[in-house]
Amino acid sequence: MSDAATDHADHGHPVHPTGIMRWLTTTNHKDIGTMYLWFALIMLFSAGTMALLIRAELFHPGLQLMRPDFFNQLTTMHGLIMIFGAIMPAFTGFANWQIPLMLGAPDMAFPRMNNWSFWLLPVAGVMLLGSFWLPGGAVAGGWTMYPPLFIQGGVSYDLTILAIHIMGLSSIMGSINIITTILNMRAPGLTLMKMPLFCWTWLITAYLLIATMPVLAGAVTMLLTDRNFGTHFFNAAGGGDPVMFQHIFWFFGHPEVYILILPAFGIVSQIIPTFARKPLFGYASMVYATASIAILSFIVWAHHMFAVGLPVAAQLFFMFSTMLIAVPTGVKVFNWVATMWKGSLTFETPMLFAIAFVCLFTIGGFSGLVLAMAPVDIQLQDTYYVVAHFHYVLVSGALFAIFAGIYFWLPKWTGHMYNETLGKIHFWFSVVGMNIVFFPMHFLGLAGMPRRIPDYALQFTQFNQIASVGAYIFGFSQLIFVAVVLKAIRGGAKAPDRVWEGAEGLEWTVPSPAPYHTFETAPVVK
Amino acid sequence: MKSMLQRAGVLGVAWGASRPALADYAYNLQPPVSQVARDVFHLHNLIMLVCIGIFIVVFGAMFYSLLKHRKSVGHKAAHFHENTTVEVIWTVIPFIILVGMAYPAAKVVIEMKDTSNPDMTVKITGYQWKWGYDYLNDGVHFYSTLATPREQIDGTAPRDPHYLLEVDQPMVVPVGKRVRLLMTANDVIHSWWVPAFGVKQDAIPGFIRDTWFKADKIGTYRGQCAELCGKDHGFMPIVVKVVSQDDYKAWVAQKKGAAQTAAADNGKTFKLEELVERGKKVYQANCVACHQANGMGLPGTFPALNGSKVATGPIDAHIKIVLHGGRPGTAMVGFADRLSDAEIAAVVTYERNAWNNKMGDAAQPADIAAARGAAAVTAAAQ
Repeated sequence: MSDAATDHADHGHPVHPTGIMRWLTTTNHKDIGTMYLWFALIMLFSAGTMALLIRAELFHPGLQLMRPDFFNQLTTMHGLIMIFGAIMPAFTGFANWQIPLMLGAPDMAFPRMNNWSFWLLPVAGVMLLGSFWLPGGAVAGGWTMYPPLFIQGGVSYDLTILAIHIMGLSSIMGSINIITTILNMRAPGLTLMKMPLFCWTWLITAYLLIATMPVLAGAVTMLLTDRNFGTHFFNAAGGGDPVMFQHIFWFFGHPEVYILILPAFGIVSQIIPTFARKPLFGYASMVYATASIAILSFIVWAHHMFAVGLPVAAQLFFMFSTMLIAVPTGVKVFNWVATMWKGSLTFETPMLFAIAFVCLFTIGGFSGLVLAMAPVDIQLQDTYYVVAHFHYVLVSGALFAIFAGIYFWLPKWTGHMYNETLGKIHFWFSVVGMNIVFFPMHFLGLAGMPRRIPDYALQFTQFNQIASVGAYIFGFSQLIFVAVVLKAIRGGAKAPDRVWEGAEGLEWTVPSPAPYHTFETAPVVK
Repeated sequence: MKSMLQRAGVLGVAWGASRPALADYAYNLQPPVSQVARDVFHLHNLIMLVCIGIFIVVFGAMFYSLLKHRKSVGHKAAHFHENTTVEVIWTVIPFIILVGMAYPAAKVVIEMKDTSNPDMTVKITGYQWKWGYDYLNDGVHFYSTLATPREQIDGTAPRDPHYLLEVDQPMVVPVGKRVRLLMTANDVIHSWWVPAFGVKQDAIPGFIRDTWFKADKIGTYRGQCAELCGKDHGFMPIVVKVVSQDDYKAWVAQKKGAAQTAAADNGKTFKLEELVERGKKVYQANCVACHQANGMGLPGTFPALNGSKVATGPIDAHIKIVLHGGRPGTAMVGFADRLSDAEIAAVVTYERNAWNNKMGDAAQPADIAAARGAAAVTAAAQ
């Protein structure tokens, strides 16, 4: 079977399989990027539906719609699928589409591996979603999979471990591809310190993935053998320690947090200079700040474990190292604001999402700082305050950056301008809805509502009702987003090569829509 | 319809008017009743003020820019970038602010971690899904389970003001005494949390962690398990009654008297009906979470007892499972240390005679004592 990568020589008459075989066998970075993004969208809606079921149950005290065990399955699967199925694949989709275009490369470095790293994902996705129909239902032990609780479940727990292995494999292969592409396939003259910041953030993210995914794989393999083969890694009765799992898990888990946000920093750093018509204020300091955040992310993991009873020295060390992350993160926020300062600003939908990102992500950063203070964290650990914190970082952070990026590059990908009015409606519903869902959760957490509970004491009723109403506004307004994307694919005003007035970079030198093969001759960057 | 309108009203503009005041909304840390909790409260206020201050300065500048530096008002883009002085300033100032906050936070960490010189020690054990309390100095021991009736959870009865935050037997401590807590768990990780004391400590099976509190006001304080521990994680509250020293002594005496009565029961022989009646209560407090009130369990997770081989098979095997637990790796734990001979006899008899199980036989406290003895002999022989 011949495939697109070997057909480069006769690109005048490309021979592509058509129909489903085109997508199964493709090695084209644009096709694979598109598939990653569609997969992420489907997973976003699956896990989003779970979130809406959770919010429906929590609209009122008491158990109305479901039993507690099913509620726990929903919270667990919502987390796992949003992280591994929606946010991470969406960023990999951006990387596939944009990195070769931004570097002036003809494709990713290993196109066949690229195909495989995508097609592993739907397998894992089906295993995760399908486990709802297994005896005992899906996993209900929380996305963090803490033993001994995780040892108790049924067959879906083993299936989930396998799915995590598969997704980890996919991430590692994707990362190898991205690192190799960035280090070897840049256009002549495009030095590392000239390349777009999106490539820089992904380069660092890919290293984080390669460093931490094997750690997660090790942790879940130990769970697997504890469950099935009589080992006692996490069982005190056999000389193990349940807390050891938490150390290993969070050694993966904290860098994972930055895996979910660094590419978002990259997207926003492309968009803000474009619509401010002004270069990024501190390119070099942005690169250094990204690298510092990545390095610090390896020495802060135990701040997720302040309540397990660490010795006082560990409590202090992890508190100080965590607070230190505020410095490079602050540098980033100041840089974005300084880039807007005295620019010539316009407010198309990508810019609106990018501004909301800067503002709301910072709220998530501040609540992170509050949680970094170990004594305050003792009160807030495992409460709705934490839920509010990470949703500000992941919804108004990662997800809003993904929306911003889609609106920003959609004209380049489809060749059509999206409907700006609908885009703005989507923005306003999302930003207002998102705040109605998650802002009250800060109050719930402070007042003492634990997370992961299907029913709550009466003093928490009002804020839960507000959050549930907000969730439905936010959730259903995402249908507008799908409508905008579908409309832009089917038609619309013709997009010029340089879609945005202030856009800089190689991707804007190719036609819109970007042809199937681009940069077969490398451009020269001065 | 009316309640729908009321709910919609929560969101409406008339929001404040329909409710007496914001006082109805619990929106901040609970009023502290220990020095640690007070310190945490003030630390949180301090860091919130700092965050709000920075937010106003940074986003004040951003929104000024969004208003004034827009293309539609004819602003032309400047082209400055990279300024080392500015970049050093905005790295150093946050660093100094952080050092300023790290210092008071570190002091509270050290205060929280100092469990020395306690006036009394209580060992707390987390179970799926209840708490066990052992007063090491006073020899009191009991379990504390959710007291909210099932009907309130299912919405068929009106909910009481302490819905889900009420237990059958609260922990009782004297006011103004340093209480050291030794925390462990029997099955999975739980977390013992009482916000008013500023105490949250994970209870880890196989390990003992310690923490402490000193409550300085008489009253009843409520908390919940804070670590996901399975399906009834949301239904294992904590209630601590802080009482005067005299009331505490009276409570200890009363608890010890109750323990003696229970011990006397172990020497008696009961009628089948008495055992079934008592067994139903024991079943509701200990078994119903997994095996369910109708004895049908939860398919795929927890086995049914109604018609099961155990409950309709030989009584000795049934007693053995209740005493020492089910097959290894299952959630069925042994109740040998948790229930008295009389209680185990009652619950076994109940399970054999409830629902469609019409065995008509009964276990007596003496049978349980014999089963315990047999297990001890086997263990000694090995």
